[in-house]
Amino acid sequence: MKKLFIPALLVVLFTGCGSGEENQQEDLQEKMIASGSVTTEDRELPDLSVYHLPATWTTQNGEDIQLEDLRGNVLVMVMIYTSCKAACPRLVADMRGIEKQVTKKDLDKVKFIMVSIDPETDTPQRLKEFSKENLMEDDHWLFLRGTPEATREFAAVLAVSYKKISPIDFSHSNIISVFDEDGVLVHQQEGLGVNNKSTVAAIHKEISD
Amino acid sequence: MKTIIRLAICFSILMQSQAFGQSGSMVKIDGGEFIPLYGTKAEVRINDFYMDVYPVTNAEFLEFVKKNPRWKRSEIKKLFADENYLREWTGDESLSADQLPDSPVTNVSWYAAKNYCECQGKRLPTVDEWEYAAMADEVQPDAREEKTYNKFILSWYETPNTYKKTIGKTFKNYWGVYDLHGLVWEWTLDFNSVLISGESRKDRTGDNNLFCGAAAVGATDLMNYAAFMRYAFRGSVKAKYAIKNLGFRCVADVAPENL
Repeated sequence: MKKLFIPALLVVLFTGCGSGEENQQEDLQEKMIASGSVTTEDRELPDLSVYHLPATWTTQNGEDIQLEDLRGNVLVMVMIYTSCKAACPRLVADMRGIEKQVTKKDLDKVKFIMVSIDPETDTPQRLKEFSKENLMEDDHWLFLRGTPEATREFAAVLAVSYKKISPIDFSHSNIISVFDEDGVLVHQQEGLGVNNKSTVAAIHKEISD
Repeated sequence: MKTIIRLAICFSILMQSQAFGQSGSMVKIDGGEFIPLYGTKAEVRINDFYMDVYPVTNAEFLEFVKKNPRWKRSEIKKLFADENYLREWTGDESLSADQLPDSPVTNVSWYAAKNYCECQGKRLPTVDEWEYAAMADEVQPDAREEKTYNKFILSWYETPNTYKKTIGKTFKNYWGVYDLHGLVWEWTLDFNSVLISGESRKDRTGDNNLFCGAAAVGATDLMNYAAFMRYAFRGSVKAKYAIKNLGFRCVADVAPENL
């Protein structure tokens, strides 16, 4: 518990409060539009876009990115942790099952992303090892680790949360989510080993759009 | 039932005679160990922390949106709040006629509540912290076994529209905190408890096949039905929900003295 508070404080320092940073970015974009270097289409982010989340994430390769850097890709995302022995391997298998149904030529338009819900343990190095063990080393596989706060906010967007399984039991639900090029959630598949047809269809639809 | 009414009358007389504390003020909650309703039989360690004496009010939240326009009703991104956000306000910067400045702000999403606290240099309490502070009655830090304590809470859960009341009218608890019960439900930082803690890392819950990192709730004390209802409620909301009886308050860490 104690350990979590320190990063939480850091996040407050970094993301601060309010909208200062975001406004600056918008101003900059206004200028770029005025000068013709960016089109309006590039600028407008839908209200529901996950790219409004300002957090910085570290990839399995140790690179720092913001989700918005992934704009233009179809995103297939799931939350896991590498030390999980029970459900996560199956979730990983589910992700691979989906990936296999995307044709090779389309794979550069899709990112399959595993976001750690155990940022304390899942260092970039560990995520890297995990990606090797699971033969997920192609560019379209991305493993992300954020601060506890960023992870919390991201999970809140995905609505990955306690799930009521009986009157006295709650557990985390396993959800695979698909986002369009602008970061808007377009499809969710819930549960393990479920039929992934509609998820694959959603991905294909976004690629062809 | 009579006792509850008598209690309630007692409280209200008592409270009305109390001077109104400065809003935004905090009191220190001494840390300790307790066994929450959910999870393992192991004790949870709570560090010392400061907690707002009152929930955040309409007036305070109004100030906040004036300074932080992205949280205005007309400007908030749909990602961060549903259509009920500040629903009863008549405009971006105006409360409705029957909303009192000193009533708790409600119809706010988790994102908005979280950002509000961050702007005060504070944060939302964790579920454990909130429950720890809220198990106190007027005289003792852990009143969960007291009949009157549980009855008071349960009778509140049956009372509609308490969110329209003003802050500071329920009982002052052992720590000096008001309104944890009796006014509005409150957001917590980890209401969706997504992060894996040391204990849940080992996959030792029963439903391993179904759930990843299942921090399953094995209610250690089903008698504490009131607390159970809160867990059920937290499990049913999403971060963008803005609900009319759901407000929040902030907490802050106690800076380690040896730093």
